[in-house]
Amino acid sequence: MLLITCPWCGPRNETEYHYGGQAHVPHPENPGELTDEQWAAYVFYRDNPKGPFAERWMHSIGCRRWFNVLRDTATHEVLTSYRLDEPRPGGNR
Amino acid sequence: MRAAAVTGARGVTLTERPFLTMVNVRVDPASETAGRIEKTLGARLPRECGHTTASGPHTAVWLGPDEWLVISRADGTAVTAELREALGTDPGSVVDVSANRTTLELRGPSARQVLEKGCPLDLHPRAFGPGRAVSTTVGPVGVLLRQIDDAPAYHLLPRSSFADHLGRWLIDAMSEFRSAEVS
Repeated sequence: MLLITCPWCGPRNETEYHYGGQAHVPHPENPGELTDEQWAAYVFYRDNPKGPFAERWMHSIGCRRWFNVLRDTATHEVLTSYRLDEPRPGGNR
Repeated sequence: MRAAAVTGARGVTLTERPFLTMVNVRVDPASETAGRIEKTLGARLPRECGHTTASGPHTAVWLGPDEWLVISRADGTAVTAELREALGTDPGSVVDVSANRTTLELRGPSARQVLEKGCPLDLHPRAFGPGRAVSTTVGPVGVLLRQIDDAPAYHLLPRSSFADHLGRWLIDAMSEFRSAEVS
């Protein structure tokens, strides 16, 4: 069981949250100009690092807000959590 | 189910308190609009998770950083109309959601122990008490859990379609407190 700290509600059990995949994946500025290959890369291709990984979570049972979590994929340690309008702590990977 | 009770030193009762008025309010807490809504309500909208404020028949419960649930004993149509007038045409929403949830009251010396069988939160008086309210789960059901007094008594607000299951879950959880504690 992960103990994730919601930026608004504080520490709660993993069962109160929904997972939302990798964070900081920007929507293409001009989707119409992308090739099928580039669009597929945006829609389907995600990083799979061993170590700290920024991902989106939603506190679905609590305040129903999306936020980001930095989690170590090797140890499952939740390193930090931060709001969507805050930059990733420690810079981008 | 109207009510269920376990008597004795470790007693606990479960009663439904149906048809309370509930109004969902969404507004930017830093805006002037929020000030007008607070004036109409007669209480400040709580700014922190778990906090509630009360004024006359109304209680405002924190649901999110820009979302509150006003629980009231007053008439739903009137409360909604008043708050909607305070909102005016500004960004935000005031919606009568009285039919969304029902209210189950769990009361008695063992009430906290019953909840602790299925609620992941710390309900000990050092962390939770009268006037506190949080969204969480009890058993498999998502509820808004609110402590009313030191009896202790709690109000559980499940969505209506989950209320029957939660009622049965609580009655089952209550049954062991019929007998004396095994030491």
